[in-house]
Formats: sequence, C-alpha cells, structure tokens
Amino acid sequence: MKKIITFILICIFSSKSAHSLVKVDITRGNLDPLPIAVSPLYVDTKSEKLSSLEVDDLGKNVSKVIENNFRSTGLFNPLKKDAFVQKPDIAHLKPRFEDWRLIKAQALITGKLLIKDKKLKVEFRLWDTTAAQEMLALSFTTTPENWRRVAHIISDKVYERLTGESGYFDTRVIYVSETGPKGQRIKKLALMDQDGYNTKYLTLGNELVLTPRFNPTNQLVTYMSYFKNMPRVYLLDIETGVQEVVGSFPGMTFAPRFSPDGKKIIMSYAEDGNSDIYSMDMETRVVEKITDHPSIDTSPSYSPDGKFICFNSDRSGLQQLYVMRSDGTQVKRITFGKGIYGTPVWSPRGDLIAFTKVRKGRFYIGVMRTDGSGERLLTENYYQEAPSWSPNGRVLIFYRETKSDSKGKGHSAKLWSIDITGYNERQIKTETDASDPSWSSLLSK
Amino acid sequence: MRFNIAFRNFFIVLLSTLVLSACATQKKASVQTVDDVYTGTETIEYLAKGVPDRVFFATNKSKLTTAARDTLRKQATWLRKNKDINITVEGHADERGTREYNLALGERRANAAKDYLMTYGISGKRISVISYGKERPVNPTSTPLAWSQNRRSVSVKAN
Repeated sequence: MKKIITFILICIFSSKSAHSLVKVDITRGNLDPLPIAVSPLYVDTKSEKLSSLEVDDLGKNVSKVIENNFRSTGLFNPLKKDAFVQKPDIAHLKPRFEDWRLIKAQALITGKLLIKDKKLKVEFRLWDTTAAQEMLALSFTTTPENWRRVAHIISDKVYERLTGESGYFDTRVIYVSETGPKGQRIKKLALMDQDGYNTKYLTLGNELVLTPRFNPTNQLVTYMSYFKNMPRVYLLDIETGVQEVVGSFPGMTFAPRFSPDGKKIIMSYAEDGNSDIYSMDMETRVVEKITDHPSIDTSPSYSPDGKFICFNSDRSGLQQLYVMRSDGTQVKRITFGKGIYGTPVWSPRGDLIAFTKVRKGRFYIGVMRTDGSGERLLTENYYQEAPSWSPNGRVLIFYRETKSDSKGKGHSAKLWSIDITGYNERQIKTETDASDPSWSSLLSK
Repeated sequence: MRFNIAFRNFFIVLLSTLVLSACATQKKASVQTVDDVYTGTETIEYLAKGVPDRVFFATNKSKLTTAARDTLRKQATWLRKNKDINITVEGHADERGTREYNLALGERRANAAKDYLMTYGISGKRISVISYGKERPVNPTSTPLAWSQNRRSVSVKAN
C-alpha cells in the first residue's frame, strides 16, 4: 500500500492559460459528450523487458484504462482508435491538429513511457485540437506494476483540466462481496479500484460483515462484524491486516463512520431495544453519547467540517432525517416529504446530503440541501440504498437488489453509480454480487 | 340537535361501511396475515411440544400482538420448567428497509420478546439477544407473505 502511494511527480512542463480553450460543463446532464482522442502511449524502444508485464502492450493498455474512465463519466466520448492517423510517438511530439480535427476530436491525449532500471517513467500531454495548443503536460515515475494507477492519475489530471473539478479515478471502493443463497449469504470485505479492477478480499467469509467505510487517508476501514456471534464495530488496518473491536460496548454496535479528521468513529449502540448515537475518540478511547432518545437513532454521518451530524431516527414514528450539532445539541428534523428516509450521507463538498427514500414500496436514491430543501430523486427501483459519494461530490455509488421469485431464485445485489445530475446511471462490474459500497478519497492528492 | 343525530347516524353508517370494506380487502389480500402480521404456522419450529419458537411483527413495528404474547407465555412456562436452559432471542426484519435501520429494528423486536419473558419471571441473565436485521430471511422470496414471515423474533436454545 505504502509503496503504491509513493508516486513522484517529477516535473510540470507547462500549462498555458485557459482562455477559450476546450472546457466541459459538468453541472448539468451532458447530452453532448466531448469527443476526446486518447492516442496509445508510445513505448520507448529503449525499454527493458519485464517478466511480469507485456511491455510492448503497455502504452495501448494505459490508454484503454483512460478511455474507459472517460467513457464512464458520460461527459466524454472517447473516439475509436482505428480512425487515428498519426503514430503515437509523432503525435506526442507535435500533433498534426488538422488530422485530429478531421475525426472530430476536440481534445487529444498523447504520451510516452519508458521502463528503465525497473522503473516506469510516463509522460503525457493534453492538447486542444481546435486552438492547436498544449493544455497540460506532466511526467511521473513509479514501479511498473502500478501502470493502472498511472492511467487513473492521468485521467484525473485531464478531467481536472477540462472540467475545472477535481477528479475521482485514482480511488478505490470498499464493499461487501456476497455469495451463496439469500437466507445464508456469505459476506466478505472486498477492495477494488474504482473501475472494478484489482479486487482483493480482506476477510474470509467466516462471519457476517457489513457496512465498511474508509478513514480519510484510506488506510483504515471501520465496519461491522458478527465475529463470535457478537455484532460489533471493528477497525481494520488494510496494510497490516490487523483487526480490532472498537470500544467495549456490552451490546451491538453498528453503522460506523469516521469523522472527517479521522480521529473519531461515530456509530450506533443498541441497548435494551434502544439505539442511540455514540462517538469514540480513537486515541483517548473516550466514548461520548451523542443522542439520548427512546427511539432508533442510526446511520450518523458528519459534515465535512465536523461541526454537524446528519442521522436517521424514527422518533416521529417513522424513519426521517435529522441534523444536529456534533455535540448532540440543536437537533432538527429536515425531511417532511411523503415516504420514509434513511442512510443520510453528507457530501464531501458540504452542500448536499444523499439519502435513500422509500415510498409506496419503491426505493429511491436522492440528494437534498442540508436543510432538507431542494429534494431531487435521482433513481427509482425495487430495492436500492446506501449511497456513498465520489471524493469530488459529483457521483454517488450505491447498491441495488433484485426481487427473488417464488422459489427464492433470481435475487442479485450489484453496485451502481449515478451522477448527481440524475444522468449516467451505470452498473459497476464486480467479481461477485456486491453491496454496501464506500468510496475512498483520492489516493494521490 | 336534530342535525346532530342525523349526522351521527350518517357517521355510524359510514364507519360500518369502512369496517366492512376493510374486512373484505383483508380477506382478499391474504388469509395468513392480519393487520400486516403473519398468523400462519409455516416456518414455525417448536422448542418443545406446543411451544412455538417465534413471534411475528407488523412492518417497522416491534409491538407484541395478542398471538405473540400467547406464544411468549408458553415459552416462559417452558423456561420455568427447564431452569438449566438459556436462550438467545434473534430479532429479524424483512428485506424492505435500509440495512442499518433494520439492525436496530431487529434488536428492538428481540428485546420486546425478552422483556415480555422477563415479566413472566424469566431472569434476564438467561436470555441474550442478537439482531440479524435483514441478513437472515427464513423465506427468501420477495412477496408480502415472505416479508411477514421474516419480520420475527426467534427464541433458540443457547446451551
């Protein structure tokens, strides 16, 4: 893990001013995605051969990962490579813009890679084909096994340059992998790149595990486990694999999440049929009771400045959303619409709360402002819940289950994502059935 | 006054129509649930002869029905006779709610059963509770009947 994160940004060639250069507006659903050409990266002929990797194909493979990232945004239209006229090495030196304009490319990515002393050195450039200008040029060095991350970082840099927003491609998703029959599901913690590659299983499936969530530095995960049939909140260090129970509560703890500074875990503790919200300081182990109400209080989530907590309570009779100060004072109900509400999650930008809504037997994922106004339902289905934000606050990932038939068959659980514009709903491929996704922050900032 | 009586009569007629139509739809929907609570015997297992192991709940509720209290009194009687047996009460929810809320709801249901057993003289030390939320449905199909069977608390022998 540590090794992966030590990327060295070597140099920034240039980055000319942005006047009238190509730009993508991402604040609304984009029905006219920007045509972008991703030239295969040129593999320097001086490159060493590697036993673990097909070096000759690396340039093409990096470009495919980039294309896939851009396609997944719905904002870009990566063009087919068969139409490309210019060779990768020449295009990278100086593109013949009229060739690229001919195939309607408005932006062009070119690059070069070299493997030397078992290091992978990559440089890339982003070009505006209409203005015939270079927009961005960067290079970096890492270990060759990290080539997919190189592609994700390039994607983030280009996305940032073209949209003005930070990217979300060099990220991971932790989720619960599900196998086996519905009545006896086997669940494991699983970790994958945001595009579904590099899946790793972090637990063996011997006990039920639920609701994993990253800490802000993505090294730790808090989740719920039924280890020894005692449902409790746990902490897992991804690097060392060390797991420990959080606190010494005599009953069930659940619904954990980190505070934005990573110092606390906030969660529910159920005692004699009543669930309240507690926080625990990871260093001092001091436990604080934050809500004290004879109803169910759960699914707490901090605002990014740590000053507020949104949560789910049935104190009005049915599940609704509430916001309070993080010390538990000034509790305010924010949902009054028809139906019930659950799983509130504060956006990393601080402006919105994502939630699950159930109305007339249908499940919705939606967003609203933090005072409950401006509710927008993004997607409706038989069953879906638990949205988690991309680090730039533009995309939500959640899970969706299908009905099972009269024989109990046909049930599935899959991960999906949708833009907060309500556009670009898509399934994220996982090796097994999957639920409870949680998006990491950017791995390299 | 006359108006009041007329109004009252009208109200009584209206009320009885409502009750009748409610009964009619209830029958049509399913004979196995009453007021959203499962009343059938399918899925039930027995701790001993005549002692059912589970009770059922309405959607989002943890209130014990008359039938549930009846079952729990049988369990209490049986537990009083078998002092060496401890139990775990498992609380469950159906698949139509969010996971975290369902964990809390399952815990509340299990505790409702535990509390009732304790009022019938069973020591709280003999009863542990665990919530499985929606994780362990007894009927895996996606039908209102299955959901009613899954909204349950089940007493299982712990030793």
